[in-house]
Amino acid sequence: MVKKEDISIVLCGPAGQGIKTAEKIMVSIFKKAGYNVFATKEYMSRIRGGSNSTSIRVSSKPIRALVDRMDILIPLDSQALHHVESRITSETIIIGEKEKLVEKKQNHNYMIFDVSLTKLAKEAGGVIYANMVVVGIIAELLNLDRSLVYSYVEDIFSKKEKEIVSQNINAIDLGYKTSSELDLDLRINIQPKKTAKIKEQIMINGGEAVSMGAVAGGCNFIASYPMTPSTSVLTFLAQQGKRFNIVAEQAEDEIAAINMTLGAWYAGARGMVTTSGGGFALMTEGLSLAAMLETPLVIHLAQRPGPATGLPTRTEQGDLLFALHAGHGEFPRIIFTPGTLEDGFYLTQKAFNLADKFQIPVLILTDQYFIDSYYNIPAFDFSEIQNKKYMVKTNKDYQRYALTKNGISPRGIPGNGDGMVVVDSDEHDYDGHITENLAIRSKMVDKRWQKMNEMVQEALPPEIIGPQESETLVICWGSTVNMVKEALHHINQNKTALLYFKQVYPLPSQTLPILKRAKKLIIVENNATAQFAQILKTQFNLDIPAKILTYRGQTFSVEELEKKLRKVIL
Amino acid sequence: MNKSVYELGKADVAWCPGCGNFTIWKGLKEILAEMKINPQELVMVSGIGQAAKIPHYIRCNVFNGLHGRALPAATGIKTANPELVVIAESGDGDMYGEGGNHFIHTIRRNPDITNIVHNNMIYGLTKGQASPTSQQGFITPVQVNGVILEPFNPLTVAIALNASFVARTSTVDTDRMKMILKEAIQNPGYSLVDIFQPCVSFNKVNTYKWFKESTYYLEDSHNPENKFDAFARASETNKLPLGIFYRNTHKKSFEQSLSVYQEDKTPIVNRRVDLRKLEEFIKK
Repeated sequence: MVKKEDISIVLCGPAGQGIKTAEKIMVSIFKKAGYNVFATKEYMSRIRGGSNSTSIRVSSKPIRALVDRMDILIPLDSQALHHVESRITSETIIIGEKEKLVEKKQNHNYMIFDVSLTKLAKEAGGVIYANMVVVGIIAELLNLDRSLVYSYVEDIFSKKEKEIVSQNINAIDLGYKTSSELDLDLRINIQPKKTAKIKEQIMINGGEAVSMGAVAGGCNFIASYPMTPSTSVLTFLAQQGKRFNIVAEQAEDEIAAINMTLGAWYAGARGMVTTSGGGFALMTEGLSLAAMLETPLVIHLAQRPGPATGLPTRTEQGDLLFALHAGHGEFPRIIFTPGTLEDGFYLTQKAFNLADKFQIPVLILTDQYFIDSYYNIPAFDFSEIQNKKYMVKTNKDYQRYALTKNGISPRGIPGNGDGMVVVDSDEHDYDGHITENLAIRSKMVDKRWQKMNEMVQEALPPEIIGPQESETLVICWGSTVNMVKEALHHINQNKTALLYFKQVYPLPSQTLPILKRAKKLIIVENNATAQFAQILKTQFNLDIPAKILTYRGQTFSVEELEKKLRKVIL
Repeated sequence: MNKSVYELGKADVAWCPGCGNFTIWKGLKEILAEMKINPQELVMVSGIGQAAKIPHYIRCNVFNGLHGRALPAATGIKTANPELVVIAESGDGDMYGEGGNHFIHTIRRNPDITNIVHNNMIYGLTKGQASPTSQQGFITPVQVNGVILEPFNPLTVAIALNASFVARTSTVDTDRMKMILKEAIQNPGYSLVDIFQPCVSFNKVNTYKWFKESTYYLEDSHNPENKFDAFARASETNKLPLGIFYRNTHKKSFEQSLSVYQEDKTPIVNRRVDLRKLEEFIKK
């Protein structure tokens, strides 16, 4: 039977059937009702057809990670059933049109509750309402107050015709009715506890966390070229552009995007680009330019599996070493790898300030899984949010690249003061003008690297989650953190802790002592070559023999990690 | 304003004696002074090449970026602070070759910037290869049997894309060149000024004399608001016309069309994010 306090619901069907809308509605109303909610989706690179799925967890306790387990599956067609077949167990409750899902003669032991979604949808006003029938079914199973569902649906469809709103409501009602006629035991057994304070929390996904962090960091310019899975950040900032004074421009290509953004920073704006692997490859020339000009820059790089076009809509952590080494020439940079929504927000906000302070590129490395995953979190704490102004008013003798103790030359902007702000992609003198004076060249290289001292001092240390003095450390970075955390929680072994890196470059000096203290190191990465382990090897000459890797285009599930971790820990 | 405000004094100019760049350099400083543009409010943006070095020899704000990428950078600058005067200036290889895609889309985008292109029909800094505007049959150390490709016609491309202002001039007639540059800077949108200029070191075909003999100025009766006439004149190859080919006075500039500048003209660089507003927004 279904576990009582943590239910996993999977909705699967062809693209274009409103799965995304159903997901958005369900996560919002479940949260409003006071449940902890997690949702993530996996989808194909197509507009219609195929099989896409969303996995939603509803729980009494906070949950933030993907599980394989499916307590309730709602497949919209037989292909959908096939798509998630490996996750079906004898305990999975399948709700759908039995005839459509399995052939009569087919030998199966699926627990299917026959519900004709199409018929009900047609009854409500058309086949397109099947997704809303599903919303009604699930809402009833979770004992949700109908008025809460109504008001949310009315709110999101407020700009549509009245008839459309009422047909959606009809579909939900039919879902409720159908569900209430299903086996009673089933309903009794799925009752996560509600928590009042969750209603006050926010429900966002990774793309929104990064976007909101950008606004909080004073971002007022974004130029990018659409590329899955990075586009949601461009979309968010474009849609909120008027509200928050942001210029959002879709550039002709990634090369234009990064050069526009550098132009904007040069003039005094705070800009960012959002892209994925292939687009970032085109941007590397501009990344190198940012370094030479010492013009700040924030890059959001949402990873997907490569090489080349790879798996456009899927997830991987395969671009870490690329991000670290991208760009011709030698120059410092910062790479953040947020794994939680909180870090997505706070680190993006911080990225703008660090880029501005050190006049360097700051990269925020996420991935499709992170971008598309939702869960409820307490509203962000703004009390510590500060945007420092680093620009100076120039005087008549202003020199853009004046030598200073820490390598940071005061940055002026054109039109603010009596000086001239001269920046050049060629090696340049203190004024910014082109030079081939090789003595100055050496000084400029030293000056650019000089900034590394403070950058290392300010680097964020890895977070130890679990017993501080553990013998075994499970190392991870970025979006795998929540799966590792939950898996370790299940293993419940008091000598093992998680070491989560949210900044992978530069690494702070505390890193090595933490790693050396442990007797056993295990690394978890969503790539084929353990790229972060390679960084640790290069930097600290440290070997990590136990590597848990996956590179099939999905991230780890909690169950998969638990199994693999048990093997190496116990 | 005296043109000396644009003098750097110490510039070590990298151009060959007799280069057409000198004429453009001098003329530009003169009209900037005549137009009373403060050096502090002027940003010169360029890419790579001999022409792209011009910002280094003028006292003003400079963004000397990457090869081919002057236009996007100039767009970013103008958008972030529309109060600045932005000139993107480089050579034919930089703007039409490496930066070809940006050339097309910057015209479509129409930021209020002036795009000055030194067109000498050759690559000078890399020592004499064909440029996008080199004429067919032109022999170089790389195009050993002569250029095969159709020459790129920046004027017809710009007119086809409804550019706000399209002109061509040459260093042969300095006064007309200055007059056209002035109009281009005054035009409130993307303005292209293609300037014919000899490369004295590498182009032995398209010389000062050649430009003088192969060009003529459009008659006063030419109506630059007639797109089809403009296109026809810009397509001429027998003798190459000079002057203002096309003006599209109905266009709004890119920055004027942006939502952030609809009610408030304050440049975004002078605005601060309202964190309380964001906090409220996120909670909702």
